[in-house]
Amino acid sequence: MITTTDTPSVPGAGAAQRRPRPGGDLRSVEKPRSGARDLLAALPWISPALLLIVGVVMFPAAVMFYNSTRDISVSGIDKGSVGFANYAEVFAFPHFWPIFLRTIVWVVVVVVAAVLISLALAQLLNKAFPGRRIVRLAVIIPWAASVVMTTLVFYYGLEPYFGIINKTLVDIGLITTPEGYGWTRNPPTAFAWSIVVAVFVSLPFTTYTILAGLQMVPGEVLEAAKMDGAGPARTYVSVVLPHLRGAVAVAVLINIINVFNSLPILKVMTGSIPGYDADTIMTMIFKYIQVQQKIDVASALSVVSFLIVIVIVAVYVRVVKPMKEV
Amino acid sequence: MAIIAPALQAIRLPATQVRRRRFTDDQVPFGSVLLRMLAGLVVLVVFTLPYLIMFFGSVKTKPQIRSVDPTYFPTEWRWENFATMWSTPETPLPQNMISTIVISTLATALVLVVAMPAAYYTARFVFPGRMVFLFLVIVTQMLQPALLTSGLFRQFLALGLIDTWAAMIFINAAFNLSFAVWIMHSFFAGIPREVDEAAQLDGAGRLTVLFRINLPLVWPGIVTAIVFTFVACWNEFAASLVILSTAGNQPLSVALTKFVGQYETSWHYVFGVSLVAIIPVVVLFMLIEKRLVGGLTAGSVK
Repeated sequence: MITTTDTPSVPGAGAAQRRPRPGGDLRSVEKPRSGARDLLAALPWISPALLLIVGVVMFPAAVMFYNSTRDISVSGIDKGSVGFANYAEVFAFPHFWPIFLRTIVWVVVVVVAAVLISLALAQLLNKAFPGRRIVRLAVIIPWAASVVMTTLVFYYGLEPYFGIINKTLVDIGLITTPEGYGWTRNPPTAFAWSIVVAVFVSLPFTTYTILAGLQMVPGEVLEAAKMDGAGPARTYVSVVLPHLRGAVAVAVLINIINVFNSLPILKVMTGSIPGYDADTIMTMIFKYIQVQQKIDVASALSVVSFLIVIVIVAVYVRVVKPMKEV
Repeated sequence: MAIIAPALQAIRLPATQVRRRRFTDDQVPFGSVLLRMLAGLVVLVVFTLPYLIMFFGSVKTKPQIRSVDPTYFPTEWRWENFATMWSTPETPLPQNMISTIVISTLATALVLVVAMPAAYYTARFVFPGRMVFLFLVIVTQMLQPALLTSGLFRQFLALGLIDTWAAMIFINAAFNLSFAVWIMHSFFAGIPREVDEAAQLDGAGRLTVLFRINLPLVWPGIVTAIVFTFVACWNEFAASLVILSTAGNQPLSVALTKFVGQYETSWHYVFGVSLVAIIPVVVLFMLIEKRLVGGLTAGSVK
């Protein structure tokens, strides 16, 4: 983390990386010669990557924007332009605003819970104790494991009568019936449990990001705080937290994008519930594509969510200024 | 959730700097160490519990895993489940396994072949459009297949590649490319240019410089990029769900969701297959654990 590039940081690359430091890559870059010849020389090296980005990310994005204004039949035939009719259909859908609000709840609750728990978790994993390495490795598991498969365990555990989570809840006296209130059958409970799963699978990445931030806190500063007689709580709030600003900002930003775009958890937990009472925008997009086979309306909703993500990120960057120097 | 490949910023600090002073010195009271160990144990249990449930479930019998008063541990251990689980009416699991392996391996290979030259060149040379290129890379990192699925579907339909592994190889490669470029870029940038110049003075061509001089120095970054890309491809769900419609073409992540809502789900088989799919990537990820702690900042889910 000592060398900085002279290029813009990766979104959310964190304030720590942007500090110019000696030995950065500016010195190691050749001075520009003549423009066109340099570009030609660069093409063999960068054009495969360029082709892949333009061909499989940018172009499909353009196709999606274009399709959002077209009338496309179930069999996939483009029947011409409809202007903004697809957008009108998206907003006229009676369940749209509840779905919109649910999406906000989904993102806010999951991200806030994941960050708060991760702050505590990172604090523990940063301290020395026998067995720490094993605990750190265990925390990685939900990160590497397929989200679908992790969610399937929860789904099974919540099944009425034979679910193992139900049994535990009965055993410890939290619920009285092994049927478990039909956790995965009713929209509100299935959605609530989906939030639990989403927080669980978001913890590893968030914890490791904050852990990386904790390692950037200079030991001397902590020692100075100790000398000044600051207790652990005071030290954490006044010394450690300000240093974590960059790491937390990165974690929040990336989690917002991830959680907003998350499909598998809700697909598994709430996918077999009829109706739209547990949907978020992302699951609704896939219902338009797969169930209703309206790829044009799906495109319109995708464009809307695309804009929502951009607005969220822009507002966030503006308000929190994650790139601000610490 | 597709984790946007978190752009790990590699640590290239000298060892003394990496091992920063921890919060605590060595003279910690025994009581608080015990407390930490206790808390660590709780964390360990919470994070492994779902996978332990998976494991114990995978060796139960079907009546046992569906019994109305379930037991936490199997009453009889059915190791043969791991052999019999591959034939189920819901989906052709062996083909799904092969699909997952083929798509992730080829997509990772493609990312490597495409990202390495780009990362090397952008780290070493200035050329017109360099910033535009790097900006494109960053923008890609903000996008995920789930958001663009309808566009991807229409495009690969038009190309005649719908429902093919090729489509998913391209999609996985494209959406994981930015992270790979970024991490390798930062590693290449960390090598002093004098190293390159010395080799060139000795008459080495650019490719020789890249492969013989730079690669041995940046391989930790390349391993990180490979592991991240592979794990992300291995678990990809949203695009596969729409692009791959034939059961035999689908990866495990999509195939296993078909067990949900069945009248009599063979959960013991679902868990057995899941374990087989999870263990290799978890081990891969643990191999780069040090790099995760060292400083991961920025980037993805996805």
